[in-house]
Amino acid sequence: MAVSELANPSRFLKFADRAIPWLAGATVIAFAFAIEQAVVAPDDYQQGATVKIMFLHVPGAWLGMLGWGLMSIAALGTLVWRHPLADVAAKATAPIGAAFTFMCLVTGSLWGRPMWGTYWVWDARLTSVLVLFLLYLGVIALWRTVEDPSRAARAVAILTLVGAIDLPIIKFSVDWWNTLHQPASVFRFGAPTIDPAILIPLFAMTGAFTLLFVTLVLGAMRNEILRRRVRTLRLLQASAVS
Amino acid sequence: MELVAHTGFIVAAYAAAGAVVGGLVAWVMLDRRAQLRTLAEFERRGVTRRSAASGEAVSEPAKEQA
Repeated sequence: MAVSELANPSRFLKFADRAIPWLAGATVIAFAFAIEQAVVAPDDYQQGATVKIMFLHVPGAWLGMLGWGLMSIAALGTLVWRHPLADVAAKATAPIGAAFTFMCLVTGSLWGRPMWGTYWVWDARLTSVLVLFLLYLGVIALWRTVEDPSRAARAVAILTLVGAIDLPIIKFSVDWWNTLHQPASVFRFGAPTIDPAILIPLFAMTGAFTLLFVTLVLGAMRNEILRRRVRTLRLLQASAVS
Repeated sequence: MELVAHTGFIVAAYAAAGAVVGGLVAWVMLDRRAQLRTLAEFERRGVTRRSAASGEAVSEPAKEQA
């Protein structure tokens, strides 16, 4: 099936119905492997066992940013190409991206307390991720505020594209400013600075969470298409009765 | 020693992640169930998009109920 054919909601539903069970199965297998890797991973020579929190914190950060990146592409699809599934994708992704950003903030805070001696500091990395979380909440609120989905989609698309400025700020905040948060150690120019014994479980957990993210987004998109069908039927029923 | 000292933080982090993942999975599954139930209810009452396209926005059973 060509990607362009998925632009049709009915075809997308058929594709999602077939893909989601396979993706869910792959996610379970990936998590079984990743959790085993995380359990047997050695302690870090400086951070001790708390390095295991990194296996949750980094995927949360990655998926929080990936979610907004996908929403930005969808926003272009809404504003420029008026792609039928673009605003469906944007609306479905927002709560999932928000949840993973929340997971990043909470696990980071629980990692920071034993390592830094504090749950929170207003440094550039932490603050810019908090801003991303607040942007997600703003987008979710906007979807709920405007009743007409197509009008809401345009307003959300503009907010999403403006908010995308936060993504490079998050990424490069540790280079641009003096932060308590450590500099990039995985996604950086040159090789990662983490030992393979810890890097492999980190990649395994990131892969498993990414599979989960894709499965959830497809599921939420399927739900959103069904919700719009329900809305259409309600409007038809109301117009017929009146 | 290190593990014992920081066990609470590690367990809390994994519990929080578990709650986030569990919440997301439950939300997607329950939402799907709710939408399908509503669509089935419309179907049962004879309200379909096809009936609307053919000029019968609401079928007889639906009019009776309304």
